[in-house]
Amino acid sequence: MEKSFERLAISLKEVAGFIYPNEIELHWSILIVVYPYITGLVAGAFILASLERVFNVKEVEPTYRLSLLTALAFLIVAPLPLVAHLGHPERAFEIFLTPNFRSAMAMFGFVYAWYLLVVLLVELWFEYRKDIVVWSKKEKGLKRIIYLVLTLGASDLSEKSLRFDKKAGKIITIIGVPSAFLLHGYVGFIFGSVKANPWWSSVLMPVVFLFSAIVSGIALMILLYMVITLFRKKPIEMSCIDKLASFLLYAMILDFSLENLDFIHRIYESEESIKILYQLLISKLFISMVVIQILLGTIVPMVLLAWTKLGHLPDELRRLIYFCSAILTLIGIFSIRWNVVIGGQLFSKSLRGLTTYKMELLGIEGLLVALFFLVLPFIILYILVALFPPWKEAEVKLET
Amino acid sequence: MNRRDLLKNLLIIPPGIFLGGLFTKILSLLKKTPLGKISLESIYEKYNPHEHYYAMGIDIDKCIGCGRCVEACKIENNVPQEPFFFRTWVERYVITVDGETKVDSPEGGIHGFPETLTEKEILRTFFVPKLCNHCDNPPCVQVCPVGATYKSIDGAVLVDKDYCIGCRYCIQACPYGARYLHPETHTADKCTFCYHRIVKGLQPACVEVCPTGARIFGEVKPRNNPLARFVRFNKIGVLKPYLNTDPKVYYANLDKEVT
Amino acid sequence: MPQQIKYLFGLAIALIIIFFIVRHYLMSPSFGLFGHYRAASLKTVVSQEIKYAGEIACTECHDDIFTLKEKSYHRGVACEVCHSPAYAHTQDPSEHKPPAPRKRAYCPLCHGYNPTRPTGFPQIDPVTHNPGNPCISCHNPHDPTPPVTPQGCEPCHTQIARTKIVSPHAPLPCTQCHIAKEEHKLNPRVALPSKPRNREFCGQCHSQEAESSPEIPRVDMKSHYSGFLCWECHYPHHPEARLKKEE
Repeated sequence: MEKSFERLAISLKEVAGFIYPNEIELHWSILIVVYPYITGLVAGAFILASLERVFNVKEVEPTYRLSLLTALAFLIVAPLPLVAHLGHPERAFEIFLTPNFRSAMAMFGFVYAWYLLVVLLVELWFEYRKDIVVWSKKEKGLKRIIYLVLTLGASDLSEKSLRFDKKAGKIITIIGVPSAFLLHGYVGFIFGSVKANPWWSSVLMPVVFLFSAIVSGIALMILLYMVITLFRKKPIEMSCIDKLASFLLYAMILDFSLENLDFIHRIYESEESIKILYQLLISKLFISMVVIQILLGTIVPMVLLAWTKLGHLPDELRRLIYFCSAILTLIGIFSIRWNVVIGGQLFSKSLRGLTTYKMELLGIEGLLVALFFLVLPFIILYILVALFPPWKEAEVKLET
Repeated sequence: MNRRDLLKNLLIIPPGIFLGGLFTKILSLLKKTPLGKISLESIYEKYNPHEHYYAMGIDIDKCIGCGRCVEACKIENNVPQEPFFFRTWVERYVITVDGETKVDSPEGGIHGFPETLTEKEILRTFFVPKLCNHCDNPPCVQVCPVGATYKSIDGAVLVDKDYCIGCRYCIQACPYGARYLHPETHTADKCTFCYHRIVKGLQPACVEVCPTGARIFGEVKPRNNPLARFVRFNKIGVLKPYLNTDPKVYYANLDKEVT
Repeated sequence: MPQQIKYLFGLAIALIIIFFIVRHYLMSPSFGLFGHYRAASLKTVVSQEIKYAGEIACTECHDDIFTLKEKSYHRGVACEVCHSPAYAHTQDPSEHKPPAPRKRAYCPLCHGYNPTRPTGFPQIDPVTHNPGNPCISCHNPHDPTPPVTPQGCEPCHTQIARTKIVSPHAPLPCTQCHIAKEEHKLNPRVALPSKPRNREFCGQCHSQEAESSPEIPRVDMKSHYSGFLCWECHYPHHPEARLKKEE
């Protein structure tokens, strides 16, 4: 506790202008930055997967199963930073016992449960059921038990039943798209509905969150697809990543336009908070917002991707550009989350001063923990991929 | 804490604590520890909350910035002594002739305001005591996911420290900076209007010790009490009225610079 | 019905039933009694320990001091402002003795000069006001009437005095414009000092016909914003008239 007081004392010295005395402690730390970032990746990856199913985009098929598994891996991790951040993690279950239906946050448990249990797991189950049933007969030991449990006893592999799987999968995807919108739009709503905070309070917040989620999800899938294919020593299907890159570009244009709309709207309305928000932008958020989010994270990848569309570039160069753009985009979206969550707490609600965020390194709300939560989904994904190979050639062919 | 411990903690603590909490709760319920029948009488004894609805008045022209209220509040309510946690505090506003507004609240004003804020010529200057506004339409209560903060029958906004999960959404939602996370209980904490005192007929501690009567405590409805007189004879302002929080801390002679 | 649906729905219904059973057993029994919260928490809040007894409790034993104080300028200043919280003292008077501040540093918390304090509130400059002496050597805190009634206005109207001293009106005594009865020094709010009532009052010095010294700024009383009173534009304690001319 003394240590945290020391940190607060240092923050107190760095306050510029006037802040309310209780505002010295910054309450939502880097873990709360990680949380919307991860949920965004979930929603983005899922929406990408549904493109193939709902809109019949055949080019992106190689990423379909991988996207679903990625969404699952990240969704499993999504609530962990939240729980770790609570003052009383052991009371977290109260959110299911006595949810306050007027609270945006209380809905988290239900939206999350709906998305995980009703959408993602069910869709994956229908997608993999045939394979699981076959594997449960072929494999041995622990793996066999896992597969056996996962069949839930539904081992019917008749043609009629397989046709039903396909149909059910499609219906779930159709439910899934609005659910993914709900999942992430809702995270935006948690921030956008705080009327006390002019940096957050905006009707556009859920929409901007959603589109940035789609952007980050596509970028992640480009990256994962390229890296995994590299490790599997398989050729990258250019038609697939070309298509993904196009989607990334379109999503980015939409996202960037919405962000600019929000920006212009704020400047034009010029409400009482505009002065302090301007101060915030040119001082504390200059690097993370202007340089990283807008310049490196949005404009550079957008220009690069547009170049690949307009010019006839060799495959090698296109791959390099896609790879770099995806990484820059992922960093850019992370800084969006940072600028929203941390940025929204750096100015006083008295609109008279700015404070600083002193990030811990080792503590429960520190950098290492945040990094851990960012790496964890990849470990889970590794296990999931080992259990449910998402590659086309791994899919079980039934002799008919 | 070294890195290995940290990782170990990370893997075990959040789910561990969650499951542990669940388990102990189940055990305690299985033991059927009688919680006692909860009724108005068992909580309040003779006091009837339905007969009251509280509010506070603050006369800015009477505040001398002595900080006795801040100290009394910290003592009465066991608020941590560190200058980062306040249930009430005093701000000083100095508006200079060249139109600049300077505001400060050194350590919440608990030791008064011995230092001068500006060397420039002063146009007008005043102190503003602040505390939880006990809003009639409280945004903090709206956002609490579990119902750990609530408006009592008699109009005080309170925190259930044995139920609060410490998510701090309420702290974000409070436009007045009136809430903080208690460093010992790890739950949200705030002014209660000294609820434990007012139900026994005493004044809140800050009102009790205010030497100039700048703070007036009373009720919104009945006419024969100090607050009713206060709102009758003063032009009343509230903080950030445009947010529609309906504050129940009424300021007389509130300046437009006060935010 | 396909087999998959049967098993899936079975599982879903089982999970939902389990959820409601668990919820039933984990819910706090007093939750929702008066609203969306645990009524039992009110008990926790209400049972918080009291530290400040409140002045009425003090009067039960210290009626003499209370009577003295209530007739003095310190009426309304509760005992526990200076004597610290005394609930423990009311429960066990011999075990818990409330402290009494005797140091010189204590009284300036309220009575040290601070320009932000409301004018009329008695303030002294701790550096120049009888340095070295504890306040209680001259003032009885329960009846703090000064041993010598202040002759000037500055002790209570320091902010005005300090403003006036840097203004062109510095050489004027307060009594030039305000007539204060002796009573004002003892009962300030009962006997308020007078204030000038008309333009002619200022005109005694500032009209073109006035017989005052020539460097005093003059105006044509007829044409200079007729219909306004002088102090509607010029703050008499700092008139700022010359300042405007220089600009």
